[in-house]
Amino acid sequence: MTAASPLNAGRQALAAEGFTPPGPELFNLPPIFGGSLLFAKPALLLVVGAVLVFGFFYATSRKMAMVPSKAQYAGEQAYSFVRNGIARDVIGSRDFMKFVPLLLAMFSFILINNLFGVVPFIQFPSFSRASFAYGLAALVWILYNGVGIWKHGLFGYLKHQTIPAGVNGPILILIVPLEFASNILVRPVTLSLRLFANMFAGHILLVLFTLGGEYLLLEAGNVAYAPVGVLALLLAVAISFLEILVQVLQAYVFTLLTAMYVQGALAEEH
Amino acid sequence: MEGSLNMVGYGLAAIGPGVGIGLIFAAYINGVARQPEARNTLQTIAILGFALAEALAIIGIALAFVL
Repeated sequence: MTAASPLNAGRQALAAEGFTPPGPELFNLPPIFGGSLLFAKPALLLVVGAVLVFGFFYATSRKMAMVPSKAQYAGEQAYSFVRNGIARDVIGSRDFMKFVPLLLAMFSFILINNLFGVVPFIQFPSFSRASFAYGLAALVWILYNGVGIWKHGLFGYLKHQTIPAGVNGPILILIVPLEFASNILVRPVTLSLRLFANMFAGHILLVLFTLGGEYLLLEAGNVAYAPVGVLALLLAVAISFLEILVQVLQAYVFTLLTAMYVQGALAEEH
Repeated sequence: MEGSLNMVGYGLAAIGPGVGIGLIFAAYINGVARQPEARNTLQTIAILGFALAEALAIIGIALAFVL
Protein backbone atom coordinates (compact mmCIF):
# COMPACT_ATOMS: atom_id res chain seq x y z
CA MET A 1 0.00 0.00 0.00
CA THR A 2 1.49 3.32 -1.01
CA ALA A 3 1.08 6.22 1.36
CA ALA A 4 -0.01 9.34 -0.46
CA SER A 5 2.36 12.26 -0.16
CA PRO A 6 -0.17 14.62 1.51
CA LEU A 7 -0.50 12.00 4.23
CA ASN A 8 3.22 12.07 4.87
CA ALA A 9 3.28 15.85 4.87
CA GLY A 10 0.56 15.92 7.48
CA ARG A 11 2.39 13.38 9.56
CA GLN A 12 5.61 15.33 9.41
CA ALA A 13 3.80 18.48 10.49
CA LEU A 14 2.51 16.60 13.51
CA ALA A 15 5.91 15.03 14.12
CA ALA A 16 7.32 18.55 14.47
CA GLU A 17 5.06 18.91 17.50
CA GLY A 18 6.55 15.76 19.01
CA PHE A 19 4.01 13.02 18.33
CA THR A 20 4.05 10.80 15.25
CA PRO A 21 0.67 9.15 14.59
CA PRO A 22 1.00 5.56 13.37
CA GLY A 23 0.57 5.00 9.64
CA PRO A 24 0.83 2.23 7.06
CA GLU A 25 4.57 1.85 7.76
CA LEU A 26 3.47 0.16 11.00
CA PHE A 27 2.92 -3.01 9.00
CA ASN A 28 6.42 -3.25 7.54
CA LEU A 29 7.98 -5.64 9.99
CA PRO A 30 11.63 -6.72 9.81
CA PRO A 31 12.42 -10.21 8.47
CA ILE A 32 13.08 -12.96 11.01
CA PHE A 33 15.79 -14.96 9.21
CA GLY A 34 18.49 -13.15 7.26
CA GLY A 35 17.39 -10.59 4.73
CA SER A 36 14.40 -12.26 3.09
CA LEU A 37 11.26 -10.14 3.39
CA LEU A 38 9.19 -13.21 2.53
CA PHE A 39 9.31 -14.56 6.04
CA ALA A 40 8.55 -11.91 8.65
CA LYS A 41 6.25 -11.91 11.65
CA PRO A 42 2.97 -12.08 9.65
CA ALA A 43 4.09 -15.19 7.75
CA LEU A 44 5.23 -16.80 10.99
CA LEU A 45 1.82 -16.05 12.49
CA LEU A 46 0.09 -17.72 9.54
CA VAL A 47 2.11 -20.88 10.12
CA VAL A 48 1.45 -20.78 13.87
CA GLY A 49 -2.25 -20.23 13.17
CA ALA A 50 -2.44 -23.23 10.85
CA VAL A 51 -0.63 -25.40 13.40
CA LEU A 52 -2.97 -24.25 16.18
CA VAL A 53 -6.08 -24.99 14.11
CA PHE A 54 -4.77 -28.44 13.24
CA GLY A 55 -3.73 -29.06 16.84
CA PHE A 56 -7.12 -27.99 18.20
CA PHE A 57 -9.16 -30.25 15.96
CA TYR A 58 -6.68 -33.13 16.25
CA ALA A 59 -6.68 -32.94 20.05
CA THR A 60 -10.44 -32.65 20.33
CA SER A 61 -11.25 -35.45 17.90
CA ARG A 62 -8.49 -37.93 18.81
CA LYS A 63 -10.45 -39.85 21.42
CA MET A 64 -14.01 -39.71 20.23
CA ALA A 65 -16.45 -41.11 22.75
CA MET A 66 -20.22 -41.46 22.88
CA VAL A 67 -20.20 -39.34 26.03
CA PRO A 68 -17.98 -36.44 24.97
CA SER A 69 -15.24 -35.04 27.14
CA LYS A 70 -15.05 -31.26 27.57
CA ALA A 71 -12.46 -30.95 24.81
CA GLN A 72 -14.46 -33.09 22.40
CA TYR A 73 -17.53 -31.02 23.18
CA ALA A 74 -15.67 -27.80 22.34
CA GLY A 75 -14.47 -29.24 19.04
CA GLU A 76 -17.93 -30.51 18.19
CA GLN A 77 -19.48 -27.14 18.96
CA ALA A 78 -17.06 -25.40 16.59
CA TYR A 79 -17.70 -28.04 13.93
CA SER A 80 -21.46 -27.97 14.20
CA PHE A 81 -21.54 -24.17 14.17
CA VAL A 82 -19.90 -24.12 10.74
CA ARG A 83 -21.63 -27.27 9.48
CA ASN A 84 -25.18 -26.34 10.50
CA GLY A 85 -25.03 -22.58 10.95
CA ILE A 86 -23.16 -21.74 7.78
CA ALA A 87 -22.84 -24.64 5.33
CA ARG A 88 -26.24 -26.33 5.66
CA ASP A 89 -28.26 -23.15 6.03
CA VAL A 90 -26.67 -21.47 3.04
CA ILE A 91 -25.68 -24.19 0.57
CA GLY A 92 -28.67 -26.41 1.26
CA SER A 93 -28.91 -29.93 2.62
CA ARG A 94 -28.16 -31.68 -0.69
CA ASP A 95 -24.63 -30.52 -1.53
CA PHE A 96 -23.27 -28.97 1.64
CA MET A 97 -21.20 -31.86 3.07
CA LYS A 98 -18.54 -31.56 0.35
CA PHE A 99 -17.76 -28.00 1.42
CA VAL A 100 -17.84 -28.39 5.20
CA PRO A 101 -14.11 -29.27 5.62
CA LEU A 102 -13.00 -26.24 3.60
CA LEU A 103 -15.42 -23.87 5.34
CA LEU A 104 -14.50 -25.15 8.79
CA ALA A 105 -10.78 -24.84 8.09
CA MET A 106 -11.26 -21.41 6.59
CA PHE A 107 -13.37 -20.13 9.49
CA SER A 108 -11.00 -21.39 12.21
CA PHE A 109 -7.91 -20.22 10.33
CA ILE A 110 -9.21 -16.70 9.77
CA LEU A 111 -10.63 -16.49 13.28
CA ILE A 112 -7.38 -17.45 14.98
CA ASN A 113 -5.30 -15.21 12.75
CA ASN A 114 -7.61 -12.28 13.46
CA LEU A 115 -7.57 -12.94 17.19
CA PHE A 116 -3.78 -12.70 17.13
CA GLY A 117 -4.47 -8.97 16.90
CA VAL A 118 -5.52 -8.77 20.56
CA VAL A 119 -3.41 -11.56 22.08
CA PRO A 120 -0.78 -9.89 24.31
CA PHE A 121 2.81 -10.04 22.96
CA ILE A 122 1.59 -11.12 19.53
CA GLN A 123 -0.79 -8.24 18.77
CA PHE A 124 -0.70 -8.43 15.03
CA PRO A 125 -3.66 -9.62 12.97
CA SER A 126 -1.90 -11.41 10.10
CA PHE A 127 -4.60 -10.51 7.57
CA SER A 128 -3.76 -6.83 7.99
CA ARG A 129 -1.19 -7.63 5.32
CA ALA A 130 -3.29 -7.44 2.17
CA SER A 131 -1.44 -10.15 0.25
CA PHE A 132 -2.60 -12.90 2.60
CA ALA A 133 -6.20 -11.83 2.18
CA TYR A 134 -5.71 -11.78 -1.61
CA GLY A 135 -4.49 -15.37 -1.42
CA LEU A 136 -7.56 -16.54 0.47
CA ALA A 137 -9.89 -14.67 -1.87
CA ALA A 138 -8.15 -16.20 -4.89
CA LEU A 139 -8.80 -19.63 -3.39
CA VAL A 140 -12.50 -18.78 -2.97
CA TRP A 141 -12.69 -17.37 -6.51
CA ILE A 142 -11.24 -20.54 -8.02
CA LEU A 143 -13.53 -22.64 -5.83
CA TYR A 144 -16.87 -21.07 -6.69
CA ASN A 145 -16.12 -20.57 -10.36
CA GLY A 146 -14.76 -24.11 -10.59
CA VAL A 147 -17.82 -25.54 -8.88
CA GLY A 148 -20.11 -23.55 -11.17
CA ILE A 149 -18.30 -24.64 -14.34
CA TRP A 150 -18.28 -28.24 -13.12
CA LYS A 151 -22.03 -28.07 -12.54
CA HIS A 152 -23.27 -26.05 -15.53
CA GLY A 153 -20.44 -26.19 -18.08
CA LEU A 154 -18.48 -23.09 -19.06
CA PHE A 155 -21.12 -21.35 -21.16
CA GLY A 156 -23.97 -22.54 -18.98
CA TYR A 157 -22.16 -21.12 -15.97
CA LEU A 158 -21.49 -17.76 -17.61
CA LYS A 159 -25.15 -17.55 -18.62
CA HIS A 160 -26.16 -18.57 -15.11
CA GLN A 161 -24.07 -15.85 -13.49
CA THR A 162 -24.78 -13.03 -15.92
CA ILE A 163 -28.45 -13.36 -16.87
CA PRO A 164 -30.85 -13.11 -13.92
CA ALA A 165 -33.99 -15.21 -14.18
CA GLY A 166 -36.86 -13.64 -16.11
CA VAL A 167 -34.83 -10.88 -17.77
CA ASN A 168 -34.91 -10.62 -21.57
CA GLY A 169 -35.00 -8.03 -24.29
CA PRO A 170 -32.69 -5.03 -24.88
CA ILE A 171 -32.08 -4.52 -21.15
CA LEU A 172 -29.69 -7.48 -21.37
CA ILE A 173 -27.12 -5.19 -23.03
CA LEU A 174 -26.97 -3.30 -19.73
CA ILE A 175 -27.49 -6.22 -17.35
CA VAL A 176 -24.94 -8.71 -18.67
CA PRO A 177 -21.77 -6.58 -18.23
CA LEU A 178 -23.00 -5.36 -14.85
CA GLU A 179 -23.75 -8.85 -13.58
CA PHE A 180 -20.47 -10.15 -14.97
CA ALA A 181 -18.51 -7.41 -13.20
CA SER A 182 -20.42 -7.86 -9.98
CA ASN A 183 -20.42 -11.67 -9.83
CA ILE A 184 -17.06 -12.53 -11.35
CA LEU A 185 -14.73 -9.53 -11.14
CA VAL A 186 -15.61 -7.54 -8.02
CA ARG A 187 -16.44 -10.40 -5.64
CA PRO A 188 -12.86 -11.50 -4.89
CA VAL A 189 -11.78 -7.86 -4.56
CA THR A 190 -14.39 -6.94 -1.97
CA LEU A 191 -13.99 -10.28 -0.21
CA SER A 192 -10.26 -9.78 0.36
CA LEU A 193 -10.40 -6.03 0.94
CA ARG A 194 -13.15 -6.40 3.53
CA LEU A 195 -11.04 -8.72 5.65
CA PHE A 196 -7.84 -6.76 5.07
CA ALA A 197 -9.30 -3.29 5.64
CA ASN A 198 -11.06 -4.26 8.84
CA MET A 199 -7.90 -5.76 10.33
CA PHE A 200 -5.72 -2.92 9.05
CA ALA A 201 -7.98 -0.16 10.38
CA GLY A 202 -8.51 -1.96 13.69
CA HIS A 203 -4.79 -2.39 14.26
CA ILE A 204 -4.01 1.25 13.43
CA LEU A 205 -6.82 2.41 15.72
CA LEU A 206 -5.51 0.36 18.64
CA VAL A 207 -1.93 1.55 18.13
CA LEU A 208 -3.08 5.15 17.80
CA PHE A 209 -5.03 5.13 21.05
CA THR A 210 -2.28 3.34 22.98
CA LEU A 211 0.61 5.46 21.69
CA GLY A 212 -1.40 8.67 21.89
CA GLY A 213 -2.50 7.95 25.45
CA GLU A 214 1.04 7.13 26.47
CA TYR A 215 2.35 10.29 24.83
CA LEU A 216 -0.24 12.55 26.46
CA LEU A 217 0.28 10.95 29.85
CA LEU A 218 4.07 10.78 30.02
CA GLU A 219 5.76 12.76 27.27
CA ALA A 220 3.62 15.79 26.52
CA GLY A 221 5.14 17.68 29.45
CA ASN A 222 1.85 19.28 30.42
CA VAL A 223 -0.07 18.04 33.46
CA ALA A 224 -3.37 19.19 31.96
CA TYR A 225 -3.02 16.55 29.22
CA ALA A 226 -2.62 13.64 31.64
CA PRO A 227 -6.35 12.99 32.26
CA VAL A 228 -6.92 12.92 28.50
CA GLY A 229 -4.11 10.39 28.22
CA VAL A 230 -5.73 8.19 30.86
CA LEU A 231 -9.03 8.49 28.99
CA ALA A 232 -7.32 7.47 25.74
CA LEU A 233 -5.76 4.41 27.39
CA LEU A 234 -9.16 3.39 28.82
CA LEU A 235 -10.66 3.83 25.37
CA ALA A 236 -7.91 1.61 23.98
CA VAL A 237 -9.15 -1.17 26.28
CA ALA A 238 -12.74 -0.58 25.16
CA ILE A 239 -11.65 -0.62 21.51
CA SER A 240 -9.86 -3.93 22.11
CA PHE A 241 -13.23 -5.47 22.97
CA LEU A 242 -14.81 -3.88 19.91
CA GLU A 243 -11.94 -5.34 17.88
CA ILE A 244 -12.62 -8.84 19.24
CA LEU A 245 -16.21 -8.45 18.04
CA VAL A 246 -15.06 -7.24 14.62
CA GLN A 247 -12.51 -10.03 14.29
CA VAL A 248 -15.04 -12.78 15.03
CA LEU A 249 -17.59 -11.10 12.76
CA GLN A 250 -15.15 -10.83 9.86
CA ALA A 251 -14.19 -14.50 10.10
CA TYR A 252 -17.91 -15.34 10.08
CA VAL A 253 -18.69 -12.99 7.18
CA PHE A 254 -15.82 -14.33 5.07
CA THR A 255 -16.95 -17.92 5.55
CA LEU A 256 -20.61 -17.04 5.05
CA LEU A 257 -19.89 -15.21 1.79
CA THR A 258 -17.78 -18.12 0.55
CA ALA A 259 -20.73 -20.42 1.21
CA MET A 260 -23.09 -17.97 -0.53
CA TYR A 261 -20.91 -17.74 -3.62
CA VAL A 262 -20.73 -21.53 -3.81
CA GLN A 263 -24.50 -21.73 -3.38
CA GLY A 264 -25.01 -19.12 -6.11
CA ALA A 265 -22.80 -21.08 -8.48
CA LEU A 266 -24.51 -24.37 -7.68
CA ALA A 267 -28.12 -23.15 -7.84
CA GLU A 268 -30.42 -24.80 -10.36
CA GLU A 269 -31.78 -22.93 -13.34
CA HIS A 270 -34.95 -21.15 -12.39
CA MET B 1 -3.62 23.60 8.46
CA GLU B 2 -1.90 20.65 6.91
CA GLY B 3 -3.15 17.17 6.23
CA SER B 4 -4.92 15.14 3.64
CA LEU B 5 -8.30 16.02 2.19
CA ASN B 6 -8.58 12.35 1.24
CA MET B 7 -9.32 11.51 4.84
CA VAL B 8 -12.10 14.11 5.06
CA GLY B 9 -13.48 12.72 1.83
CA TYR B 10 -13.38 9.22 3.19
CA GLY B 11 -15.18 10.35 6.33
CA LEU B 12 -17.94 11.85 4.17
CA ALA B 13 -18.07 8.78 1.96
CA ALA B 14 -18.49 6.53 4.98
CA ILE B 15 -21.79 8.25 5.86
CA GLY B 16 -23.60 6.41 3.08
CA PRO B 17 -22.64 2.86 4.04
CA GLY B 18 -23.14 3.82 7.70
CA VAL B 19 -26.75 4.80 7.07
CA GLY B 20 -27.22 1.73 4.90
CA ILE B 21 -25.90 -0.69 7.53
CA GLY B 22 -28.09 0.99 10.13
CA LEU B 23 -31.17 0.51 7.95
CA ILE B 24 -30.31 -3.13 7.26
CA PHE B 25 -29.98 -4.05 10.92
CA ALA B 26 -33.06 -1.99 11.83
CA ALA B 27 -35.04 -4.06 9.34
CA TYR B 28 -33.47 -7.26 10.68
CA ILE B 29 -34.39 -6.43 14.29
CA ASN B 30 -37.90 -5.51 13.16
CA GLY B 31 -38.26 -8.77 11.32
CA VAL B 32 -37.04 -10.89 14.23
CA ALA B 33 -39.29 -9.00 16.66
CA ARG B 34 -42.31 -9.67 14.47
CA GLN B 35 -41.46 -13.27 13.67
CA PRO B 36 -38.83 -14.78 15.97
CA GLU B 37 -38.88 -18.16 14.22
CA ALA B 38 -37.60 -16.54 11.01
CA ARG B 39 -34.38 -15.53 12.78
CA ASN B 40 -32.03 -17.96 11.01
CA THR B 41 -33.21 -17.04 7.52
CA LEU B 42 -33.16 -13.34 8.30
CA GLN B 43 -29.71 -13.46 9.85
CA THR B 44 -28.11 -14.78 6.68
CA ILE B 45 -29.86 -12.17 4.55
CA ALA B 46 -28.95 -9.38 6.99
CA ILE B 47 -25.28 -10.34 7.04
CA LEU B 48 -25.26 -10.51 3.24
CA GLY B 49 -26.79 -7.05 3.00
CA PHE B 50 -24.35 -5.77 5.59
CA ALA B 51 -21.44 -7.17 3.60
CA LEU B 52 -22.67 -5.59 0.37
CA ALA B 53 -23.19 -2.17 1.97
CA GLU B 54 -19.83 -2.41 3.71
CA ALA B 55 -18.17 -3.08 0.36
CA LEU B 56 -18.82 0.56 -0.53
CA ALA B 57 -16.99 1.75 2.56
CA ILE B 58 -14.12 -0.64 1.74
CA ILE B 59 -13.80 0.69 -1.81
CA GLY B 60 -13.73 4.14 -0.21
CA ILE B 61 -10.90 3.34 2.18
CA ALA B 62 -8.88 1.77 -0.62
CA LEU B 63 -9.32 4.88 -2.75
CA ALA B 64 -8.50 7.18 0.18
CA PHE B 65 -5.07 5.58 0.38
CA VAL B 66 -4.46 5.10 -3.32
CA LEU B 67 -5.51 8.46 -4.76
